[in-house]
Amino acid sequence: MGFNVYMCGVGGQGIGMLSEVLLRAADHAGFRTKAVDTHGLAQRGGIVISHLRIGEDVFSPLIAEGRADLVIGLEMHEAYRALERMSKPGSTLVYYQVCWQPLPVRLGADRSLTDEDIHRSAQAKHVRVLGVQQPDLADRRMQNMVVLGRIDHYGLIPGVSKAHYLAAMEDLMTEGMLAENRAVFERNSAA
Amino acid sequence: MKSMGEMLIRREAFSEIVMGNTALVRAMVEAGTRVVTSYPGSPTPEIAEAIGSIRPDQRPFYFEFSTNEKVATEIAYGAGLNGHLSTVFFKSVGLNVAADTFVQLSLMNVIGGMVVVLGDDPGANSSQNEQDNRHIAEMAYTPVFEPASPTEVYRFYKIAARLARDKAMPVVLRLTTHVCHAKERVHFDPYRPEPLDPTPRFDPANGPYIPIASAVFPMKRRALERLQSVATLSDASDWHQIVDCGNPDLGILTAGLPFLSVLDALQDGVSRKPDILKLGLIYPIPRNVVASFLKAHRCVHVIEELDPILETAVRSIAQEEGLSVRIIGKTQLEHWIGEYTPDKVRQILEAQWPELFVKAVQPASPSPTPPEVLPPPARPPQLCPGCGHRSAFYAIGKALRETDITVADIGCHTLGFQPPYRIGQALLCMGASMGIASGLSLFQSERKVVAFLGDSTLFHAGLPGILNALFNRHRVTLIVMENGTTAMTGHQDHAGSGRNFNVPTDAVSIRSLLEGMGVQHIFEADTYQQSVLTDLVRKALDIDAFSVVIARHPCMLKFMREKRRKPDFQPKQVSIDPAVCRKIQECVARFGCPSFLREADGSVRIQTDLCIGDGSCVQTCPAGAIRRPHAPRSSETS
Repeated sequence: MGFNVYMCGVGGQGIGMLSEVLLRAADHAGFRTKAVDTHGLAQRGGIVISHLRIGEDVFSPLIAEGRADLVIGLEMHEAYRALERMSKPGSTLVYYQVCWQPLPVRLGADRSLTDEDIHRSAQAKHVRVLGVQQPDLADRRMQNMVVLGRIDHYGLIPGVSKAHYLAAMEDLMTEGMLAENRAVFERNSAA
Repeated sequence: MKSMGEMLIRREAFSEIVMGNTALVRAMVEAGTRVVTSYPGSPTPEIAEAIGSIRPDQRPFYFEFSTNEKVATEIAYGAGLNGHLSTVFFKSVGLNVAADTFVQLSLMNVIGGMVVVLGDDPGANSSQNEQDNRHIAEMAYTPVFEPASPTEVYRFYKIAARLARDKAMPVVLRLTTHVCHAKERVHFDPYRPEPLDPTPRFDPANGPYIPIASAVFPMKRRALERLQSVATLSDASDWHQIVDCGNPDLGILTAGLPFLSVLDALQDGVSRKPDILKLGLIYPIPRNVVASFLKAHRCVHVIEELDPILETAVRSIAQEEGLSVRIIGKTQLEHWIGEYTPDKVRQILEAQWPELFVKAVQPASPSPTPPEVLPPPARPPQLCPGCGHRSAFYAIGKALRETDITVADIGCHTLGFQPPYRIGQALLCMGASMGIASGLSLFQSERKVVAFLGDSTLFHAGLPGILNALFNRHRVTLIVMENGTTAMTGHQDHAGSGRNFNVPTDAVSIRSLLEGMGVQHIFEADTYQQSVLTDLVRKALDIDAFSVVIARHPCMLKFMREKRRKPDFQPKQVSIDPAVCRKIQECVARFGCPSFLREADGSVRIQTDLCIGDGSCVQTCPAGAIRRPHAPRSSETS
């Protein structure tokens, strides 16, 4: 069955980098991997999604509904949406506690979700929830690294460890960017 | 950091994690491709990003973004006539633009060989339809390879290129969105560069290249003969794959990404797995391969995405061969619609062969979701913070009457159709807005008709509609939403950008172009000057003739990316003075920048993750509560 990681967020949140780091980390750990990201139109402030499938017996890069072992949300509404659709009973949801209000909420046509909504839904589905944030983060574009640090801290992807994440980051980032991102990752990995 | 550009031209064999679009570029390099052209469109722009990662002086082929897909195809064809192996790539609906050229290609002796790479979009992830381009390839007598994964993209491009060169013909490599963007470790062969032979080898004796009247028939005959010879090759090739589960009863015939969905769908809870035939070349169909698979099974289910093209071909083979095999294809309209994901394929197979699946495989949720949990709010795509189009729509909306008709076109500005602007009530395809608007203006003058065009789209397919409005005196207003780039697809340069893919060029001025065509009434404004733009649009609408407003502002996503890279970059943001705010909500509900958050008590807060400090919102607040952009205080950063 492999191990399925479903990532979601809003266009502009850096999900592409996060998904690429996780993919390469799993590869560094010696696993066979398949992955796919959203590109194109949806990136303009819409929903962005990445699938990562780890293991010998996975074929399509797309995860079937209700089959995600780990759901990673970079925004709370998207975390909730993914939890409802993708989480396997007994799986984990880790999400960054930030709200980018969807259009209907800003127009006053729909209500904003709360952390309680997520916890209630997760409880019903027997999903463990880890809300994360770093209030003093210098650059919001590194929220993905806060999440990555917590993924490592809790060992949320079996068989993938800190050295693998760091090696993946080194593959993908220029020196200056690596230093900044690594600092955020390490702090959240240790905490 | 690993360098994609270095990797793509590495001499040694290697393996790397790449997406399908990147694997394709390595295949182009190894195959000795000399000319590559394109017009940007999802799911293919990352092909050009990979090409761009190779240093220009080391790039083994010429690449350009042409002004549209038709021109791009013609460039590749012309290069092929000179003996260069060429490739053109574009998105699904791009083939409609290129069709006039594309359907002729198989008649020709393209001595260099030519591969047409299509990015089809089942699921309409980023397209206005999910058209199945296998139809057009069939109409054009052009072979179609269909890879399922990045590894196959790489392998099949090289096979297609060799075939195209050997037979001096066009060959299609049909990718789909989640093949283009799928990522996996791909093993690449060594690259043995051959020096470029620039000799122009065009010779009319290789032709004929003039398909006129009776000359067409021998050319068509040759095209059909080539197809037959490709079918024969295909039958004897290793392009197809059989998954033999020793099942004499049930077989599945499939191709492309749906093959992987089938493997996933059959992964667990299946009592007796069907055999699978996965075709690599799907047109012309390998008759013997298919016939022997049909003969070996009592029942064969054709699993194919979109239209029943394989199904029709398979049924015809069974009928001609007098086979008694039962063939199952599309049995309901839903089977024609959407992507064949593992979920969808599992549903289709379970409905058809319920006895195959052991029950209670998919564990239901232990307890149903409590009814008080509401569905999450929808999240449609948005114009970015600071987008000049937002200011434009906000200002233009003030000049329009309720009954006026607005016609959208393709590009970021299409998003104006959504609330709160609701500008753009009809949309078809690239460059269609002017023609549609002109048609809507006939017999009436009480409802003003306004067409929109982005700048890249204007150059791509907008000009004939504009000329027609002049020529036939249509009384419409065109608003050109000029942001200096092809923004939606990832900021590719166009004829008005002052740069092409390779070198700086003279930017084509849209105003001069329109003046040269004879447009009498042209107005221009930066869209951040919202009240000026409102006035200009009113003026343009009052003219009883064709008029144009150029609503200009650089793409702020591109602008901010460039600005952030500068060492002296100082982030700025607006803020709201709660003492002045009267909760009118003009900013959040009518101007509609995503940087405004609506609080439960009706007040408005700045989402500091999003605000870029462009300040285009300041003028919209009737109460004057939005403070001009300033350096954010530390308490305001999230």
